[in-house]
Amino acid sequence: MCLAIPAKIAQLDGDGMATVDILGVTRSVSIDLTPQAGVGDFVLVHAGFAIEVVDPDYAQETIDLIKEFPDLAGDELPAATA
Amino acid sequence: MQPENIHRSRTVDAGTMQNELAAFKDPKLARGLIESIGKLAPEEGATLMEVCGTHTVAIARNGIRNLMPESVRLSSGPGCPVCVTSNRDIDAVIALARIPNVTIATFGDMTRVPGSTSSLLKEQAAGRSVQICYSPLDALALAKANPDRQIVFVGVGFETTTPLVAMAIKRAAAMGLKNFSVFAAHKNMPGALETLVKDPDLKLDALILPGHVGTITGTKPFEFLAKEYGIPGVVTGFEPVDVLQGIAMIMRQLHEGRAEIEIAYARGVMPQGNPVALAAIDEVFETCTATWRGLGDIPGSGYRIREEFAQFDALKRFQPEIEPTINPKGCRCGDVLRARMEPSECPLFRKVCTPENPVGPCMVSSEGSCAAYYRYY
Repeated sequence: MCLAIPAKIAQLDGDGMATVDILGVTRSVSIDLTPQAGVGDFVLVHAGFAIEVVDPDYAQETIDLIKEFPDLAGDELPAATA
Repeated sequence: MQPENIHRSRTVDAGTMQNELAAFKDPKLARGLIESIGKLAPEEGATLMEVCGTHTVAIARNGIRNLMPESVRLSSGPGCPVCVTSNRDIDAVIALARIPNVTIATFGDMTRVPGSTSSLLKEQAAGRSVQICYSPLDALALAKANPDRQIVFVGVGFETTTPLVAMAIKRAAAMGLKNFSVFAAHKNMPGALETLVKDPDLKLDALILPGHVGTITGTKPFEFLAKEYGIPGVVTGFEPVDVLQGIAMIMRQLHEGRAEIEIAYARGVMPQGNPVALAAIDEVFETCTATWRGLGDIPGSGYRIREEFAQFDALKRFQPEIEPTINPKGCRCGDVLRARMEPSECPLFRKVCTPENPVGPCMVSSEGSCAAYYRYY
């Protein structure tokens, strides 16, 4: 139930509403909870509301961290068993 | 380091973003993390609980349980809102459905959950009005389009969903809607998690914390788990790489003897959460004791509508007469939700209780542990 899907804001419609593109499907969602969201932003949509603006920089930072992970694990342990 | 300011807003082209998001399904990234988990896993073993029902499904669908080293056990927690809703609350919704002129507006999962003697689906078959909604906003639209009917929205869900319902109530107040109300059975996670980490039979070593609850709350409400109970936790997302990264970060904490609450889902969770959503919850709701299926009464773990918004409280508006509670015979959902048994250990599992003919809520909801185990194991 706590599923939220990334969607791109296509248009601001006033009254706290916006039109978004969710994987090619157009939907009207509330941006009451993300008043800072603008056209072009990606938001996480849960049950008809944007609940957060997805930060693409953080997405890239996370990917970079994940790529470093095996090296970190290897450095800390004397012998790799895998 | 993540900044304290609310957001860096940046217009991105859809292609770049899709590529970045696709990386969280990338088998190559997953392989590196699986390898790290294998290297870091404590020899004495570890039991991790995935708290969130959406994680239970992600773990089952992607076969993540089978990728774990033998010493690592993943156990499923109480994070399916429909599943933890008490029989009494379901009976209350059924009683509301029986009031003339009331239309129940609800998320789909709720319609099939058996109460003591009925379900919303059975009530619908008997001629009561039940409408399935994707969003609380759909319930508002129903109320606006049907001024001669009373629309009662069934508010279930954790911190992720609670602010949406708070906003719907605020919108109803602003619109002056007289025929919209909410049956509020919202819950928050921290008290339930405390009950679980204190359970001496479970011996939990770490928690995989729910990503979209974290989106709203940030890490603060979970800090006590690390500080007071020494339980590491990582808030993570729902793609396979997110889940594996969360587990790898937990393994690193266990390996280094640390207990902290970390975020593996930085693109969706800020350390401070979503302040607008938190303020909306606080404006419309106050915390109260809630009854959880399997976990019992937990002080402060429920949300009730504040006096200022009492006109939108369906219980106050209709004061329904609720039938005496009868729990389904032989159903072990309570033990499953408490992680005292796996779904397959329930004598009814797959024999009497199936998704087509569910006895308990954990088999009804697509996020219920029993339904996930039925489908994927």
